[in-house]
Amino acid sequence: MKKLMGSYKMEKNFKNDFPIFKGKDIVYLDSAATSQKPACVLDAMRDFYKKSNANPYRGAYGLSVEATTVYNNARQSVADFLNAKESCEIIFTKNATESLNLIAYSYGLSYLKKGDEIVLTILEHHSNIVPWQKISKQTGAKLKYLYINKNFEIDEKEIEEKITKKTKVVCAVSVSNVTGTVNNIDKIIKKAHSVGAVAVVDISQSVAHSKFDVQKTNADFVAFSAHKMYGPLGIGVLYGKKELLEKMSPFLMGGDMIEYVYEQETTFAELPNKFEAGTQNVGGAVGLEAAIKYLNSIGFKEIEKHENELLSYAYKSLKKLPYVTIYSPEKNRSSVISFNIKNIHPHDVSTMLDMANICVRAGNHCAQPLTRFLGIDSTVRISFALYNDKSDVDKLILQIKNIYEKFKKYIEG
Amino acid sequence: MEEMDQIYNEMIMEHSMSNKNRKPLEKATSCLLGHNPNCGDEIKLEILVKDGKIVDAAFSGHGCAISQSSTSIMIDTIKGKTVEEAKKIIEIYLKMIKREKLSSKEKSMLGDARAFENISNMPARVKCAVLSWHTMQDLLNK
Ligand SMILES: Cc1ncc(COP(=O)(O)O)c(C=O)c1O
Ligand SMILES: [Zn+2]
Repeated sequence: MKKLMGSYKMEKNFKNDFPIFKGKDIVYLDSAATSQKPACVLDAMRDFYKKSNANPYRGAYGLSVEATTVYNNARQSVADFLNAKESCEIIFTKNATESLNLIAYSYGLSYLKKGDEIVLTILEHHSNIVPWQKISKQTGAKLKYLYINKNFEIDEKEIEEKITKKTKVVCAVSVSNVTGTVNNIDKIIKKAHSVGAVAVVDISQSVAHSKFDVQKTNADFVAFSAHKMYGPLGIGVLYGKKELLEKMSPFLMGGDMIEYVYEQETTFAELPNKFEAGTQNVGGAVGLEAAIKYLNSIGFKEIEKHENELLSYAYKSLKKLPYVTIYSPEKNRSSVISFNIKNIHPHDVSTMLDMANICVRAGNHCAQPLTRFLGIDSTVRISFALYNDKSDVDKLILQIKNIYEKFKKYIEG
Repeated sequence: MEEMDQIYNEMIMEHSMSNKNRKPLEKATSCLLGHNPNCGDEIKLEILVKDGKIVDAAFSGHGCAISQSSTSIMIDTIKGKTVEEAKKIIEIYLKMIKREKLSSKEKSMLGDARAFENISNMPARVKCAVLSWHTMQDLLNK
């Protein structure tokens, strides 16, 4: 019986959970930009607006209290999802970008000074680079990068040598949104702590694909957006260790994040409210909570199995095409593959694939220091989620072959 | 595949790869850079104007087939024309991209640039097709 259940599960068509695919014949290979949303997320949000909507925190009446409860239950679900010690360590933001800005401004600006160093991996998204450049200019702390090797991975030696006594902050993506490289986060965090630095982990690209445990990894700060993990647009999460968040000053000022406001002075609320200014996105938090439930109902073991199979299949299929260059590691990769077709610009490839209803991303993927380091302007990027299957990969490969046949004389030069 | 032929036709592909107009122009009287951050397209236009006439024009840069070919075809189209004629042609081209109706005289003035007539079916790529034309417009109005 158990075996039967297992094989049934394997054949489960996750696509059916996602209304957007009903009556729309598209191959969606851009989940790294944003994932599609399952019906359970849409339903949970609609239910909230239909039954429980009010301004959280601001009313003493039942409905407002209900909205507040719903909001903080969602916070608890996120805390459980990340295995945070306490729910006040979860701050809701608009997206990963806002979470990372919050860390840079509220932590970086207060605790960095001239002579200090901020170490980033070259795999970072602009949202984990640009705020630190600003902090670097304001404080005089220096930015340093951990570079990747020929296999698109960061060597241990790089981590050992570049993170030094001067390092005060280390920033790393768990998974690169360009190459799909899985960083050795445990190693990076351990090294950061060994020199007394804090570790900021951007899990935007892994949050829908593998478990991240903030206690096990001992990460100091973690950031992600709900919209890349089957949740809605417009809500993101910052996790921070309580002792760090407590000593940091607020980021955005306004309603709900205060205690007493006088004409010239203000005292601030406790965690988590201290970092949540203005009316909060309760509907979004509800959607995020539903997305977590959805992920949990399938389980990361199953998710990884499904996605890694697809990823290997896609990698092998692309590798067979001599006119395709891949910018992703052989091993230690997750959910994302970048590639280029010889002599055809990635934006043209993307348009040509779109003509066969295949959605892929082309560009520098908000990681210009990385593409520059790789010596290219841009790549074509495919990324996978639960609703993808082998037929999606087959359609992609077929259209790439069509492109090759049609433009052979240009490709072969 | 039909859609593919409408956008990525022989002429556009040939021009995107060709080096005919892709070169430095030593005697250029003026030049201007244009870029499309969306695609990463970058072009530098150079023109040699004598007595109100565009005697020579060339470009350098990189980017997608649409931006590179539209630049090359534009240069073919306006070279030898007076500045005033070139401005008029640019106006007609931009009109075509906006799907406005063209008279048969206007169509003939555009020549090969009519290859981009269907680009409006691909809204995401319109910027690539107008980049060099807008840049040339700015250059001529400088
Ligand atoms: C690795 C990584 N970090 C951060 C972000 C920023 O996410 P958002 O735009 O939702 O703030 C993205 C996505 O674009 C990403 O891929
Ligand atoms: Zn372009």
